[in-house]
Amino acid sequence: MVSDPYLGKYTTCISARSTDREILKKAQDGGIATTLMVYALEEGIIDGVIVAGEGDLPWKPRPFVAMSRKDILKAQKAKYNISPQISWIKEATRSFGLDKVGVTGVCCQIQAVRKAQLYPINMRDVPGKIAFVVGLFCMENFLYDSIQAIVEDHTNQSLSSVKKMRIGKGKFQVYTERGNVATAPLQATHKYGQPGCYVCLDYVSNLGDISTGSVGSPDGWSTVFVRTRVGNDIWSKAVDAGLFETKPIEEVKPGLELVMKLAKIKLDGNRKTLEERRNFGVNKALRDPYA
Amino acid sequence: MEATKEAKPVANKIKLGHVHFSGCTGCLVSVADIYQGLLKILDDYADLVYALTLVDVRHIPEMDVALVEGSVCIQDRESVEDIKETRKKSRIVVALGSCATYGNITRFCRGGQHNQPQHESFLPIGDLIDVDVYIPGCPPSPELIRNVTVMAYLFLEGNEEQKALAGRYLKPLMALAKRGTTGCFCDLMNDVINQGLCIGCGTCAASCPVRAITHEFGKPQGDLNLCVKCGSCYGACPRSFFNFDVIPEFESISELIADALR
Repeated sequence: MVSDPYLGKYTTCISARSTDREILKKAQDGGIATTLMVYALEEGIIDGVIVAGEGDLPWKPRPFVAMSRKDILKAQKAKYNISPQISWIKEATRSFGLDKVGVTGVCCQIQAVRKAQLYPINMRDVPGKIAFVVGLFCMENFLYDSIQAIVEDHTNQSLSSVKKMRIGKGKFQVYTERGNVATAPLQATHKYGQPGCYVCLDYVSNLGDISTGSVGSPDGWSTVFVRTRVGNDIWSKAVDAGLFETKPIEEVKPGLELVMKLAKIKLDGNRKTLEERRNFGVNKALRDPYA
Repeated sequence: MEATKEAKPVANKIKLGHVHFSGCTGCLVSVADIYQGLLKILDDYADLVYALTLVDVRHIPEMDVALVEGSVCIQDRESVEDIKETRKKSRIVVALGSCATYGNITRFCRGGQHNQPQHESFLPIGDLIDVDVYIPGCPPSPELIRNVTVMAYLFLEGNEEQKALAGRYLKPLMALAKRGTTGCFCDLMNDVINQGLCIGCGTCAASCPVRAITHEFGKPQGDLNLCVKCGSCYGACPRSFFNFDVIPEFESISELIADALR
């Protein structure tokens, strides 16, 4: 067990991608989150999972409870704006009648799940029914209007023509259905970030059973942290079942070093923001949720 | 024939009580909904020394932990005396549920109904006595009541390590008790969104018992006329309190609690 102040607790870190061609076709990276949840569903480890599906506007996510492979696949690809995943967590154990709930989401949403497990406040039944949690790496998120401004104004693309969005190598990249690629420098997107993200002290979903993201691995592959006993159990079974190609993280470029570098940038930067909040006014502080 | 002896010595049980004010007994039902866990708690960790619903003890006795349900009608002399008596007789006072913590639905009382039309003012217990721990929720989650009871036992009867853990666990619930006696959807506006802390995770919407919260473009939207002022949403929000010395240990703490109740 490694316990790192920036990367959290984990037993193993690997670079991996799914062997499922249908999943890979639409995956943001290595198709890890989708493949894991489909596997968990088919093995009866979960009987449903909260995912970020398509909403009522192009590239606006809508959280929903998926209970089939087909529905889980509908949630593929990163949508860079808010999807209130946890709003379904109690309902999944009510009208959906689930016993073993899966959750996908970014770091703060995984934190919310763990808080609900230890301090369930009007969250009856939730603590015992969380079965499998896959967390995504997250640097920051945007509001829907922000994503509209970035895509439509800064990269000059029509949102409804976009096939995929990516943040990497200092750029916000937009790929259109007809094959065009447009980018905006990441610097230009900073003012559009969700304010609440600047006090976040988690980059690689430290509290997931398994966490995954693109940073550290080559295109089409994902970096994966296997963290809890639940995560270890599912990961080893899924690998044995031939669901993933894996490489030790030490053997891939840019590898863990870049993950660490970005984690430091995020956490150290946000710690500074928290510090500044302590003296934000004159003899007045803004609230610190971690105090 | 050999006499059967209790296999496990049962020592140092804490004295637990349930004190009922202007509540609906739903909080006590939540206690009972710990199911066999409650029986285990009563076997090994706590004696239920007072609970008018369950035990034939008429007057408030000495208690290590008092689970207090309901708010207090200040026009009802007996209630006012009882809440003072509860504080005097208890080492740890827990406000159980949203009526005791925040007033909840009794915030809307304004008298004028037979046959005590003058019974018009109800206050959360924290406005009359010092409260140590809050368990917000309407209804409160059985799992949280269970956790607090086990942790209170460890805090009072455990070894040094267990005491420290229990102290860390209870700290945010003690901080809520210090924070105040009002709960509302507006907590999310005043203390989360207005403070630049909301991350649109959706937890508040899940916790709301009356579905007064939806999300518009990722941010909480409250129907204040539906809100019953239970304070759950703020409590559940990961940006109200998020204690890094406890929550990241979710695996081991969940196991510890499960082991204690096995």
